[in-house]
Amino acid sequence: MTVPIAETSHEADPLMSPAVPLLRVEGLRVVFPTSQGRIEAVRGVSFAIEPGEILALVGQSGSGKSVTARALVGLAGPRAQVDASAMTIVGHDGGVVDLLRLAPSAWRAVRGREIGFVLQDAQVSLDPLRTVGREIAEPILAHRLLPKTGIAAEVKLLLARVGIPDPDIRAAQYPHELSGGLRQRALIASALAARPRLLIADEPTTALDVTVQQQVLSVFEGLARAGHGVLLITHDLAVAAQVADRIAVMQDGLIVENGPTRRVLTMPSQVYTQRLMAAVPGAATRGHWLAATGAAPARETVASDQPPLLEVDDVSVSFRRPNGSTLDALAGVSLVIRLGETLGVVGESGSGKTTLGKVALALRQPNRGEVRFEGQPWSGLSESARRPLRRRIQTIVQDPLGSFDPRYTVERIIEQPLCLRGDRDRAARRHRIAELIELVSLSPKLLARRPEALSGGQRQRVSIAQALASEPDLLVCDEPVSSLDVMTQAQVLDLLVALQVRPRLAMLFISHDLGVIQHVSHRIAVMEAGRIVETGTVAEVFDDPQRPYTRRLLGAVPRLPGRC
Amino acid sequence: MSVDESALWPLRSSTSGAGRRHPWRAPGLLLPLAFVLFLVAAMFAPEWFTALAPDAIDTDAILQPPSPGHWFGTDELGRDLFCRVIYGTSESLTIGVGAMAIACLGGISLGTAASLAPSIVRKLLVRLIDILLAFPELLLALLVIAVLGRGPVNTLFAVGLSHIAGYARLVRSQVLLVKLSGYVEHAVTLGEHRWTIIIRHIVPNTIRPLMILATIGVGTSVLAASSLSFLGLGVVPPEAEWGALLADGRNFIEIAPWLSLLPATVVAISVISITLLGRRLQVLLARGDVP
Repeated sequence: MTVPIAETSHEADPLMSPAVPLLRVEGLRVVFPTSQGRIEAVRGVSFAIEPGEILALVGQSGSGKSVTARALVGLAGPRAQVDASAMTIVGHDGGVVDLLRLAPSAWRAVRGREIGFVLQDAQVSLDPLRTVGREIAEPILAHRLLPKTGIAAEVKLLLARVGIPDPDIRAAQYPHELSGGLRQRALIASALAARPRLLIADEPTTALDVTVQQQVLSVFEGLARAGHGVLLITHDLAVAAQVADRIAVMQDGLIVENGPTRRVLTMPSQVYTQRLMAAVPGAATRGHWLAATGAAPARETVASDQPPLLEVDDVSVSFRRPNGSTLDALAGVSLVIRLGETLGVVGESGSGKTTLGKVALALRQPNRGEVRFEGQPWSGLSESARRPLRRRIQTIVQDPLGSFDPRYTVERIIEQPLCLRGDRDRAARRHRIAELIELVSLSPKLLARRPEALSGGQRQRVSIAQALASEPDLLVCDEPVSSLDVMTQAQVLDLLVALQVRPRLAMLFISHDLGVIQHVSHRIAVMEAGRIVETGTVAEVFDDPQRPYTRRLLGAVPRLPGRC
Repeated sequence: MSVDESALWPLRSSTSGAGRRHPWRAPGLLLPLAFVLFLVAAMFAPEWFTALAPDAIDTDAILQPPSPGHWFGTDELGRDLFCRVIYGTSESLTIGVGAMAIACLGGISLGTAASLAPSIVRKLLVRLIDILLAFPELLLALLVIAVLGRGPVNTLFAVGLSHIAGYARLVRSQVLLVKLSGYVEHAVTLGEHRWTIIIRHIVPNTIRPLMILATIGVGTSVLAASSLSFLGLGVVPPEAEWGALLADGRNFIEIAPWLSLLPATVVAISVISITLLGRRLQVLLARGDVP
């Protein structure tokens, strides 16, 4: 798979030290030949990692971050053509291993032993049929590092090292018995088992809550202090800002900026880096566009004398667990959304945010309490009485692909609510579809496509266009930007903020991302274990949090330097 | 440039990327396709393939082995066996396709009802499906024949009805899956009517995987119909149905083995071809090459 070196000079990295660094990559190229031509995923990337250093590779999706990481462990894919003028790692024996010329069997000796690799999703990366302890023992056995008798003690040590409490109990458990954060840490422990000096982590915290993210990030900081080199792949600049010593910004397969974290973030030399930073939502971005420059949308505060649109009154919802016990997803939740107001709901996963959204949409009946819409019964209505009113509360979900009929084209998806409104005239419907597609800044060419042929950002725009076609008064947004990378997220958030100033459109905006909530909301409700523990305006909650839970949540948010 | 990184990361390494054949040009698809096209032609225009009549008796050429004049030999009345097999195609395939249509329609209705009807009806229907599944399909077909009597149309019904339960079970599991999908829930929030959701979203998305299985099922039905005829309960001689030909030949298996072997080979190749074609379609559909 490797091609003989035939490389010309590459600009030398000014930060590269004269001695041989732990990992040295120079002029790395990865090309994928496809039927449509060659795709150059990585086009001449150079960087180095010293022992005890954390290098963050940031950039939006498709910039070549993950391909770079995979090429380093020889997993870029069977069709990938990997080529570099130098790609070396210093092994345990002090010798320099050339990663470009390794036979498959030699790769097996390097993976795990010299380079540990942590994937984004611990749920799919851990074997569901093996206990955590056996999973972690695997690399030790594979590289024959310890006699069998010593393994149990070593596993316990590793689990303790990544901050997993009660290692004895956890080692005997299966992955599904662990929470997301524990699972991710167990995965890191297994990557560390053969004591590699370099750890590569591809988006290790993307699927995690802020508090859990904090725990995982501190594991990486501890590893760096212990002398490991860490390559952290992330699209989240704030995460990089918190833990990385140096940041390399990738765009279209090239590293456009590389330097110490503080310098890159406070004095970015590249426009692209500035745009990436401007796209991170938070307190400083309120009232500004994230993706575009230009005039900020006028954000008026919503007066508290506005009539309430949706009232959730002391609602409780409980589920029966498979083992027969009941889980209180919502316990006595009350809140009010006024006309034209965006209420941000924030909390960790499992706190009942999504259930609250479903109750507002009347997809789930409350066991106790009532939901009223414009003062009239909503949750108490029969489905046939509610059906004509449903168009007034629409929803946008995290994964719109699942909410589109897979057989429908984009045009038919947007047409669905128009037909329901009894729009019999086909020409008028087409006209309206064209208007909507322009409103969400999509090309009319996409109308004939099916949703699976669209990118994540485009799908979310289609989903917004469909919701707007019903001309709703309330939009329930359930993690609408969580699966998007930072630039796409910025564009979709800009679109949603632009919609807020349309007359009367209120939103129930659910997110685990405090920055996003802070950017879009008028008021905020903080949820914990099925209860709303704190509500208030954005300023009240963020500047003067009353509850310890809120303070913990806020304290865990990684911040960009130079922002409050 | 936007690269979908997951797409660049195939887990299989066995297929060599660039030199792979076009999926439609594999021999595993072309041979069965050619044979099925041949069967369809024989079904509608048997005279293209033979100049003889299927029931023309020639007492000078009784039980002759295969020869250039009679490719499959002749039977005990001197009828040309190749000619009879060709003319029997129509009967056998009509029963195969027709029975599958009945099985699918019945399966879809029963399966959808068994997953969406009010609770009591639903439970009763599920039990009914379970009971039907407990009987071997051939036994059910025999039961229908016992009630309706013999004949080609009754054979078609017998085979079709006996296969309903299997399809109903399949449809039910698929409907339950689709019912919980995001797009059905989303259609509710859009305010679509319950029946609109069933007809526009649930049923079409349920049928998609069923169609391929039905193609494979045509082969099974041909076999089932032949079995009935072989037992003398389906199509009766002198009709030139494949199973009936087999049953006829059985009496002369020691002196004229081609009388049963050759029709049996045709049945086997037909069933294999139809099944292979169905499988292939399934793979192509799963890959999204076919809209």
